[in-house]
Amino acid sequence: MSEKKAIRVAYGEALAELGAVNNKIVALDADLSHSTMTHKFADKFPDRFFNAGIAEANMVDMAAGLASMGYIPFVSTFAIFGTGRAYDQVRNGCAYSGLNVKFAMSHAGVTLGEDGGTHQAIEDIALMRVIPGMTVIVPCDANETKRAVKAMTEANGPMYLRMARMPSPVLDIDMPFEIGKANVLRDGSDAVIFACGIMVESALTAAASLASDGLSTAVVNVHTIKPLDEETLLTYAQKCKKVVTVEEHSVIGGLGDAVASALLGHGDFKFKKLGVQDRFGQSGKPFDLLEEYGITTEDIVTAVKAL
Amino acid sequence: MNMESLEKTCRAVRRDIINLTADAASGHPGGSLSSVEIMVSLFFDKMNIDPANPQMEDRDRFVLSKGHAAPGLYGVLAERGFFGKEEFKSFRQINGILQGHPDSRKCPGVDASTGSLGQGISIAVGMALGARLDGNGAHIYTLLGDGELQEGQVWEAAMAATHYKLDNLTVIIDHNGLQIDGSNDEVMSLGSIKDKFTAFGFQVIEVADGNDLQQIHDALGILVSGKPKCILAHTLKGKGVSYMENQVGWHGKGPNEEERQMALKELED
Repeated sequence: MSEKKAIRVAYGEALAELGAVNNKIVALDADLSHSTMTHKFADKFPDRFFNAGIAEANMVDMAAGLASMGYIPFVSTFAIFGTGRAYDQVRNGCAYSGLNVKFAMSHAGVTLGEDGGTHQAIEDIALMRVIPGMTVIVPCDANETKRAVKAMTEANGPMYLRMARMPSPVLDIDMPFEIGKANVLRDGSDAVIFACGIMVESALTAAASLASDGLSTAVVNVHTIKPLDEETLLTYAQKCKKVVTVEEHSVIGGLGDAVASALLGHGDFKFKKLGVQDRFGQSGKPFDLLEEYGITTEDIVTAVKAL
Repeated sequence: MNMESLEKTCRAVRRDIINLTADAASGHPGGSLSSVEIMVSLFFDKMNIDPANPQMEDRDRFVLSKGHAAPGLYGVLAERGFFGKEEFKSFRQINGILQGHPDSRKCPGVDASTGSLGQGISIAVGMALGARLDGNGAHIYTLLGDGELQEGQVWEAAMAATHYKLDNLTVIIDHNGLQIDGSNDEVMSLGSIKDKFTAFGFQVIEVADGNDLQQIHDALGILVSGKPKCILAHTLKGKGVSYMENQVGWHGKGPNEEERQMALKELED
């Protein structure tokens, strides 16, 4: 687990690779192509790359137009702008018509770090998952990101891919990626941790630590928040009874709420949602911020033990 | 172009608009009536389209950026044969194909869902980029209201259209001077629309009477290369129905039965 690679870097590589085999793929960016890594695609396919300038609303609707002409647009900028500033364009311009637009947004969550709360999307999962027909994917590492991007090109419809900025561990897992199918990374019987994104690695580390304390803890990588793999979630919740969700996102409207809704009425569970507790982000070093907002490996261990 | 026949079509579309908004007891007659000649010219004269094959790949596209003029578009599409007039009864009704604002998933001939102002022009810019990649010569037309120009997104799109030298894009402004709360200048002054689009890099063609078929025809026929084209059409809101003409109050309500009959009488062939 020593290798680290940013999820957005894997996205840029995947897009450039897929662009070579599918000439319908086009990419759009809003002056952040060296941050979102769409420049890797732009360098190889300049005719199929459109920089919209600092104009996210127009960018998202240009993607709608391209999708209606049969192209597969990947739209990238920071998650805060792509899902917040351009929300009406995502909703009315793209999703309302069921257009095949892929929203691949980076720099999500507090681990964006030093730029601070104005730039840290902590509500993007919530904003995207309430849109009818929108698929929401939060990959856990660089390898899964590559699989996710490929799967997105093969499936029709509007989709949101949430990506973190900082380099994160490349996990030692080799599991197929299927949209809507959660991956059980570690089995267990005393508690289950449902995690997404870069918190999956923290969940695995926490589960290993809990095991040494005698608590058998399962870890499920819920890489697709919508459609949610309710069957796997229910199976593990009913087996373990103690459920912890962890996400680098607000506890309102994100993975935790999605899991809670799925479990509602299906049994008695002890349940704890870890995430940003109805606060805005702030400047700081990524790991200091995870600590401040209570979403570290230690926080997960404490939460499982407290249930 | 058979002028007599097009004029007849315009009257028929105007009757459609009155009947649609009267039956629904809602909808937007004023801005539909002002844009009739523009849409009829496009769908009956200018555009490469096939009502029998609304998804024809190399067709020209039309995006009604001022989506509230849906009754006008529905009238034009029905008269052109994209669907039968029996669909009119579904206008603004549950499970109907004729939604309050155009829905590309429900209505044949509608290339983009619109209604949230400022978005259609951006969608059209994206279509023009796609058409250029396709290289099949398809032209993209989009119709905006003048009040709509108050949306900042319009100018983002205008910048992009020029940046990408989209000479396969024609932006048409239905400049009737009125919006919901009053005249454009009372609500939010637009200044010189011509100067603005010119400054953004468009070839602007001003049409003195946008309700004159010949003038619209001539403006659509002007070829522009290397830059996008803007047709600034001065129109009359509520055109063709005397009591609606230039009246703010007819932006967004349907006529009652008595008003319907008065209008239909004025619009007889």
